[in-house]
Amino acid sequence: MTGRILPFGPRLAPPPEPVAPRGGVRRADEVDEEGLTPTDHERFRRVVLPHMDSAYNFARYLCRDPSQAEDLVQDAFLRAFRGFRGFRGGDPRAWLFAIVRSSHLTWARSQGGQRVQPFPADVEQAPTEDDTPEAALVRQGEVDMVRGAIAALPEPFRETLVLRELEELSYREIAEATSAPIGTVMSRLARARQMLLAALPPLLPTEEQRP
Amino acid sequence: MSACPDKEALLHGLLDGELDAVNAQAFEAHLKTCAGCAAAFTELQGLKARVGAPGVAWRAPDALRQRIEAMTAPAPPPRRTLRKAAPWAVSGVFAAIAASLAVMVAQPIAIAGLEDELVASHVRSTLAEHLVDVQTSDRHVVKPWFNGRIDFAPPVIDLVDQGFPLAGGRLDYIDHRVVAALVYRHNRHVVNLFVWPAKPGGAEPATIARGGYSVVHWTERGLEFWAVSDIEAKDLASFERAFQAHAPS
Repeated sequence: MTGRILPFGPRLAPPPEPVAPRGGVRRADEVDEEGLTPTDHERFRRVVLPHMDSAYNFARYLCRDPSQAEDLVQDAFLRAFRGFRGFRGGDPRAWLFAIVRSSHLTWARSQGGQRVQPFPADVEQAPTEDDTPEAALVRQGEVDMVRGAIAALPEPFRETLVLRELEELSYREIAEATSAPIGTVMSRLARARQMLLAALPPLLPTEEQRP
Repeated sequence: MSACPDKEALLHGLLDGELDAVNAQAFEAHLKTCAGCAAAFTELQGLKARVGAPGVAWRAPDALRQRIEAMTAPAPPPRRTLRKAAPWAVSGVFAAIAASLAVMVAQPIAIAGLEDELVASHVRSTLAEHLVDVQTSDRHVVKPWFNGRIDFAPPVIDLVDQGFPLAGGRLDYIDHRVVAALVYRHNRHVVNLFVWPAKPGGAEPATIARGGYSVVHWTERGLEFWAVSDIEAKDLASFERAFQAHAPS
């Protein structure tokens, strides 16, 4: 059981001087000793971690694939964590979304379009989380339909709509997160809504007559 | 009947609460007199309610949440004893890990924080269903997967002929840095091989037993390798030999 105990002196000593970055890539272990203090850790957990659902929701609608969304969010939190000193305050979500989005774009570019599926998993059938009573069954059909309709929107419209309707960002925050002029945000949102209205069947079979 | 073509921005602006008081008032007055805009506004309100309904937004899976919380956990003090209250151990889901840590705490053995971290990470990887981020036995898939995620290139080799088929790869967070974890299977057991660039004056090669887990360490071509598993120490040693023999040189 008790094996040889490793001589652990070197590791407990102050960290050795940093090796020069290779290929311009930042060393991953700059994080702690040189980067973030325990206070930063605590602040990150308080300020950024609560938005994990939001980040996942955005990532999921961006890439429309559950496991890819997990990768994106984990990657984004790692990058957010390392770059936390660069966070200027303001709504942490807009900042986080911008990071998720850039991770997504990096990934999409690295795929060179070869894995761009016209109908990814989430478009056709959206698996759902736990929901208990019978009434949920009916509602779930509606939820799947709405999710599918959103997932089928072209990306610029999809991301704008999700940030507005599901994450409730202001036009200005959406513009910031998506690096788009505010006018573009507005026209994308209007177009996204028109496309959704066209794609979704009316909520009730017997719709009440309009005024 | 349709909305006035020039009123689209106002329509959406009112819906989103983005109009200033003056514009909002003026457009609400317009809605009272224009049936087309009023119908369009009602329709958009209905759409907003459907899209914003509970359940449409995705929630982060628990396993992801735990991984990220572990990743951002406050750094333990450098000269720590065993992590009796690791941050992620607080959550109920990790009670099992806490229990296994408690077993290790109970052992009157000297402290080597890194090995405990490695073993804890190994245990976590098998409990939290976060064994692999990229699940494939194809090393040509695993190797490029690490590109851009870490700033070094771990040698990825399949040892299926030696009894250790490659199961995939994963990123992990060990000793304050992101490391590569290669995952191998041996019968029904899992071998986690953690890899990161060696620092000058790193630990000597060694084989350690720790709370039912074996840890084997070696350094090769500027990279540190730490293999962790619950297989027997001699089996893990043969894994090391196989890996060293087949590593690209």
